[in-house]
Amino acid sequence: MSVVVQCRDLRKTYEGKVKVEAVRGLSLEIRAGECFGLLGPNGAGKTTTIEILEGLLEPTSGEVTILGCSWKTNARAIREQIGISLQETRLSEKLTVRETIELFASFYRQPQPAEEVLAALQLTEKSNAQVGDLSGGQKQRLAVATALVASPKILFLDEPTTGLDPQSRRQLWEIIRKFQQGGGTVLLTTHYMDEAERLCDRIAIVDNGQIIAEGTPAELIEKLGGHHMVEFALSGNSHGDSTAWRSLPGVESVRDEDGRVCLSVREPHRTIPALLEQVDRFSAQLEHLTTRQASLEDVFVNLTGRHLREE
Amino acid sequence: MSIAQQTPFKGPPQSAPTPSAAPHNGRWSGFRHLLSARMLEMAREREIIFWIFVFPLLLALGLGFAFRNKPADRTTIAIAAGPEAQNTLSLMQNSAAHASIRAEIVDQARAKDGLRLGKFDLVIEPLAPGRVQYDFDPARPESVLSHAEVDQALQSAAGRKDILTTNVFTSSEPGSRYIDFLIPGLLGMNLMNSGMWGIGFALVDMRQRKLLKRFVATPLRRSDFLMALASSRLILMVIEVGLLLSFGALIFHIRVVGSVLAILLIGAIGAVSFGGLGLLTASRARKIESVSGLINIVMMPMWIFSGVFFSYERFPASAQVFIKALPLTALNDALRATILEGSSLASQGGRLLVLALWGGISFALALRWFRWS
Repeated sequence: MSVVVQCRDLRKTYEGKVKVEAVRGLSLEIRAGECFGLLGPNGAGKTTTIEILEGLLEPTSGEVTILGCSWKTNARAIREQIGISLQETRLSEKLTVRETIELFASFYRQPQPAEEVLAALQLTEKSNAQVGDLSGGQKQRLAVATALVASPKILFLDEPTTGLDPQSRRQLWEIIRKFQQGGGTVLLTTHYMDEAERLCDRIAIVDNGQIIAEGTPAELIEKLGGHHMVEFALSGNSHGDSTAWRSLPGVESVRDEDGRVCLSVREPHRTIPALLEQVDRFSAQLEHLTTRQASLEDVFVNLTGRHLREE
Repeated sequence: MSIAQQTPFKGPPQSAPTPSAAPHNGRWSGFRHLLSARMLEMAREREIIFWIFVFPLLLALGLGFAFRNKPADRTTIAIAAGPEAQNTLSLMQNSAAHASIRAEIVDQARAKDGLRLGKFDLVIEPLAPGRVQYDFDPARPESVLSHAEVDQALQSAAGRKDILTTNVFTSSEPGSRYIDFLIPGLLGMNLMNSGMWGIGFALVDMRQRKLLKRFVATPLRRSDFLMALASSRLILMVIEVGLLLSFGALIFHIRVVGSVLAILLIGAIGAVSFGGLGLLTASRARKIESVSGLINIVMMPMWIFSGVFFSYERFPASAQVFIKALPLTALNDALRATILEGSSLASQGGRLLVLALWGGISFALALRWFRWS
């Protein structure tokens, strides 16, 4: 498959009173037809990266190629072929949904008919409503509509579902999937691991301006060593020595988390009986025990020792 | 859900181009849509309509009536009570000017109080037959006037003969009244206000909303965007000028002597000039609070010095060069000369040059510093 977005050793340093290195040597390749996700906590450098790829920010150093073109020489040609939804654009409140879509359509040589975009984004009913009267989910769909009306080859979405209710999020996921099914390529940033897991073919986990892991969601979880997580807590907060848990059968890694012990395991049915025996040996009380499938959140915590969303 | 399923995305053009439905946009499609969107937005914003169109009319109406030319006021004077008071009063009533003087006899204390409070313009104290004393306040113009008028009336009633024969001719024709001075000034001020706010405020608002950045992320040319904004100002300018001038003509019978085309051309140069200034004030600011302050700082000196409500000739001669270099002064002077005196466009070349320089330099600087995101 051909590569449609490529960047090499991207760096962005904001000079100022305090020098901020937002992106520190980031390289990636996105192939035609895939949905690629930049997953990371707030402040990881996702937005800076995507805005450099969108040609809205100048990188301090590094190269960007979009559809074989460079921003320096072919900016307008690239603009004609990509659709962008920024993080939180507040569109003109006094224009109607249809007027907004037609306005953005007018900027492209060959846009998709407004009527089709309205229908595809389920905004037909609201087409004569003013933007100021829309709900958060509808506004976000309109923002994506202004990107899709370009009939783009690549769709760039920066945190498309942040702040939306579950139903609106699922609607947007559906829209993104349909675009992909039509042959489009998607690059999105998110700090929701479930979004990345469900939507993305490949993911780059970004932290401190660098990619710390890259692959399909399954590959990334596979790298954890175990597909399952066993979490437990002992009474009196006496967790014992982590090596005591590491040596249990099937345990790949151990981490201590707010008074709980998290074991990443291959075969829970072998680990759990051994775990219970160990607890007995310590003559401790088991206060809490859960097992679940490992997620990208666990991958992130395993790599950085932090959670995606520190709340 | 069902609607979405019926109409799947066509996807990127390479897959299946459908020649029938896909619209093709021409070179100016973005500009045209942006301009009409801008006009629609403003038409739907009631506050904008009020400040741009209604407020100047209300201002003209209020000031026009407050300073309308009315028959000369009668002066009200007091004659301090005393033995000669009645004689002085009858002398006054027999004088030729008695119609414009209202006199009454009150006791001395009340007369002094009345003078102090502005109830009387003048107090006469008859001291002896054939001798009076005037009390008046030289700081009050009407008091000074009253003194001259009453003295003239008493002297001639007492038998003084005028040696010089004089003819008097009065004029309160349209063209020389306060409202005639005011309307072009309001027009200039309005073009400044709406240019600065319409461009400066609108741009920072769009920047704060990240709308500016969103537009930049499309193939729309930045020059088309700025041209659309400027064009929307020009359209509004025509309406502003038309409205205020017709209002002046209908309500206050102002005679527009100059050609409408020349007035509109001056208005256009003014609107573009202040648009450039608005662009400059908006070139860096990220928040509407900061641009609001900037706009007010830029406009403040012009409200005061540029002869909107009163002539700037009243300021010291040393300040005149500075005042005449202000864009609003140039605009107001050019509008007054054209509207009231019918001056030709060529005769206003200097003033239009001042406007063009302000606009041009601001525009060039603004483009260098402008922050699109």
